[in-house]
Amino acid sequence: MNTLLNSPSVKKMTEKMSSLHFVIAILFVSTLYVSVCNLMFAEGSLLHVSDYTVSLLGKYLCYALLALAVDLVWGYCGILSLGHGAFFALGGYAMGMYLMRQIGDRGVYGNPELPDFMVFLNWTELPWYWAGSDNALVMILLVFAGPGLLAYIFGTLAFRSRVSGVYLSIMTQAMTYALLLSFFRNEMGFGGNNGLTDFKEIFGFSLQSPNTKLALFVATAVMLAIGYAISHFIVNSKMGRVVTAIRDSEDRVRFVGYKPQHYKVWIFVVSAMLAGVAGALYVPQVGIINPGEFSPLNSIEIVIWVAIGGRGTLYGALVGAIVVSYAKTRFTAIMPEAWLFGLGGLFVLVTLLLPKGLAGLVTNLMNKIDPPATEKKPSGSDKSKSEDATLAAENK
Amino acid sequence: MLRLFPLLLFFVMSFNASAAVSETQQSALPVLVEQLPTTKLNKMAALIEQIAATSAPQVRAILQPLMDGDLYYLKSSKRVVSVYKNEQKQYQLTDVLTAEALPAVKKSAIKKVRTNNRLRGKIRDLLANLDLTSADTEIRIAALKQLLDNPNQTGLTAVNKLIKSEKDDDARELMSVILLIEQLEAGSTAEKLSAAKQLSNRLEPTVKNALVKQLDSLASNAQADPETKELKSVLSNAIDSIEQQASVFSLAENLFFGLSLGSVLLLAAIGLAITFGVMGVINMAHGEMMMLGAYTTYVIQQTFPNLIEYSLLMAVPAAFLVSGFVGVLIERGVIRFLKGRPLETLLATFGISLILQQLVRSVFSPLNRQVEAPQWMSGSLEINPILSLTYNRLYIILFALMVFFSLLMILKNSSLGLHVRAVSQNRDMARALSVKSSWVDAITFGLGSGIAGVAGVALSQLTNVGPNLGQAYIIDSFLVVVFGGVGNLWGTLVAAMTMGTFNKILEPSMGPVLANIIVLVSLVLFIQKRPKGLFPQKGRSAE
Repeated sequence: MNTLLNSPSVKKMTEKMSSLHFVIAILFVSTLYVSVCNLMFAEGSLLHVSDYTVSLLGKYLCYALLALAVDLVWGYCGILSLGHGAFFALGGYAMGMYLMRQIGDRGVYGNPELPDFMVFLNWTELPWYWAGSDNALVMILLVFAGPGLLAYIFGTLAFRSRVSGVYLSIMTQAMTYALLLSFFRNEMGFGGNNGLTDFKEIFGFSLQSPNTKLALFVATAVMLAIGYAISHFIVNSKMGRVVTAIRDSEDRVRFVGYKPQHYKVWIFVVSAMLAGVAGALYVPQVGIINPGEFSPLNSIEIVIWVAIGGRGTLYGALVGAIVVSYAKTRFTAIMPEAWLFGLGGLFVLVTLLLPKGLAGLVTNLMNKIDPPATEKKPSGSDKSKSEDATLAAENK
Repeated sequence: MLRLFPLLLFFVMSFNASAAVSETQQSALPVLVEQLPTTKLNKMAALIEQIAATSAPQVRAILQPLMDGDLYYLKSSKRVVSVYKNEQKQYQLTDVLTAEALPAVKKSAIKKVRTNNRLRGKIRDLLANLDLTSADTEIRIAALKQLLDNPNQTGLTAVNKLIKSEKDDDARELMSVILLIEQLEAGSTAEKLSAAKQLSNRLEPTVKNALVKQLDSLASNAQADPETKELKSVLSNAIDSIEQQASVFSLAENLFFGLSLGSVLLLAAIGLAITFGVMGVINMAHGEMMMLGAYTTYVIQQTFPNLIEYSLLMAVPAAFLVSGFVGVLIERGVIRFLKGRPLETLLATFGISLILQQLVRSVFSPLNRQVEAPQWMSGSLEINPILSLTYNRLYIILFALMVFFSLLMILKNSSLGLHVRAVSQNRDMARALSVKSSWVDAITFGLGSGIAGVAGVALSQLTNVGPNLGQAYIIDSFLVVVFGGVGNLWGTLVAAMTMGTFNKILEPSMGPVLANIIVLVSLVLFIQKRPKGLFPQKGRSAE
């Protein structure tokens, strides 16, 4: 017991506790700052934060939550999902359906029951899966259940038959591609090409009002903090250690007596739900959800955020998502031509030069400035070895 | 001999007589032509028929310009001429009777012979009938097909006369079909009966329409004597048999479409089967290699605008070199540093694909470019009236198989192939045996990329050439390789063809998008069942 307390993994745990507090503190401070500056200072004041910026920041935080979800499966479980955009979009569609029903008879056709696009298609009643979509509770349930169920079915099938590595990545890509094609169809009942848009209000508050926007931003920040805390808890729980062990050597974990597929499905479902929540928060802030969100390109972009931020560190995912999204906003405005060059070059350079992303860079610098007291900071493989040892010990 | 003599005499006499008749008719032509400028529109039809009936050699020279609105007469002499406006905007005249070229005049000196749409339709029929007697079999058959679709009385009489002397089998068959349809429509019940029986194996849409029309007219006729009843059953049997054959052929057509889609998939996937299958490198920029190939075709067509016919033949090696060169660059510059980290290769090559797309957007344009099809790629091979195979699809199938087998030969029989297989099976052992593994890697990657470029040349003939060309194929190509079993070229062939035909067979009943979705979902499910694909690698190299 004594040795366990002194083992590197426990030390790391305490260290991570501080990282949790740190991230949540930063989130809290910046949210407070933005809110105060948005509300208290008049337009034109140096400290004023415009409504546009608030929306933009809200969007970035959604991306950060999404990146967190991908980091959970990729960074900690080694499942490179190229289909997380699908979970994000499904959560978004669940929210979109609710918002669509909130429009009521204020649509172009003034039909109190049916959304405009259904009236346009000459449908006479709501499809069965739209039942109850005007209820906020049902919506919240759907935000979790939709992506969760898809992830459960897909994960069970894939992990049970031990599809892994590149094959799995390509399968997830095919999954989101199939969903993209399906949602383009008008017959699906999700607005086809145009998707769901023209929303008016959420929980009775107008989406146009600056206060609602600020509230959504704050809600996103809170959800991100909760998501981060949950992820942090999972990663540092016993279960999370098994998951990390699966990443490093699935066969060994299996030989030791665990059933890796259960852990993988479980983490995949949690991650999908986080992505769904991110999507649900994203839709009211941008005001539209359409099948383009399912495009495989989007999913790959998420992976890039994580890679650039540094996978295997939760805060790395957040940093990566926010930095890359900010760069995208800036670059596409200044020189749209160069953005794809920049993004593409970033992919290549980061994979070649920064395999651990920005977080790895920071850790390296820190180590150089202040070498750790122990002989060597546990790196990826060392950590896995130590955890393998812990696992083996626990199993005895 | 004595018995034959009267017969011979009769023939000679009749020949003389018919010659004499046509002689008088032909001599009437100038008179008829003279009437053209003065005849009112409502009398025109009769006049045109008379002109056609003379069957003089000049008839076409008169009627064709009349239909096209190029027939004029000189205001001064009422001489009827066909007019051709040359590049200097002068009106060049040709006398329609003598084919003599007259000096060019101004527009004010001539006046158009008037026609209307009804007359034009009539002229078209008459001209078609003229073709019935053409010496060229192809023209005769085309004219017969025209007559089959738009039957007219003069044509039918002509066919009735001509069928006895027709020597070509196809043409005679068509003639008999035309006559049978006429018999079906206008004959007695017994005649209808025999016509329906004989028509039951014809696939021309007109035949089916005629049969259905007859059946409908009988259905409205309530009284039923035994003959009509029999006719009814024969008619419906004939329609059934035609429909059955038609469904067989439409299935064959779908299969053909499926194979051609399969060959496109094969072309797209086969380069990947090398880079992914043999080398284990996930090349997300593979689609962009195809895009480069397609753009090479475009550049070659722009550089040699006079050699469109040969442009594809030039483009194949050029595209191979361009894409292959870029492939080698990518391997040397990026991929070799990422050995054994497949997921990171995926990300890096994805970045490269973005760069290449943007490069093409900046250099050419974000819009699609027009790549022209050479003459020999257009047209189609007609097997029967409802089944025709377009040449471009046929060539793509052949081309895909050619590429496939030459690649197979390279891998099986050349020393490069030997090295490639050696390195992919056991890198260290190959190196120990003095195989330059890094050189082999670069060449293999170049080969895979070059083949993608060649696939791009073929794709330029099928789809739009634009910056997104590659993206459309990348997911499908990966699925083909995974479905077939990584590292197995034959598996790739089978997988591509299966996916193609499956897709095209589903398509008619559920539309292209749903068919695509179903194929994707079934593939995902299949991979769950057999994670290593159709033909998994066995032995030591499997893991």
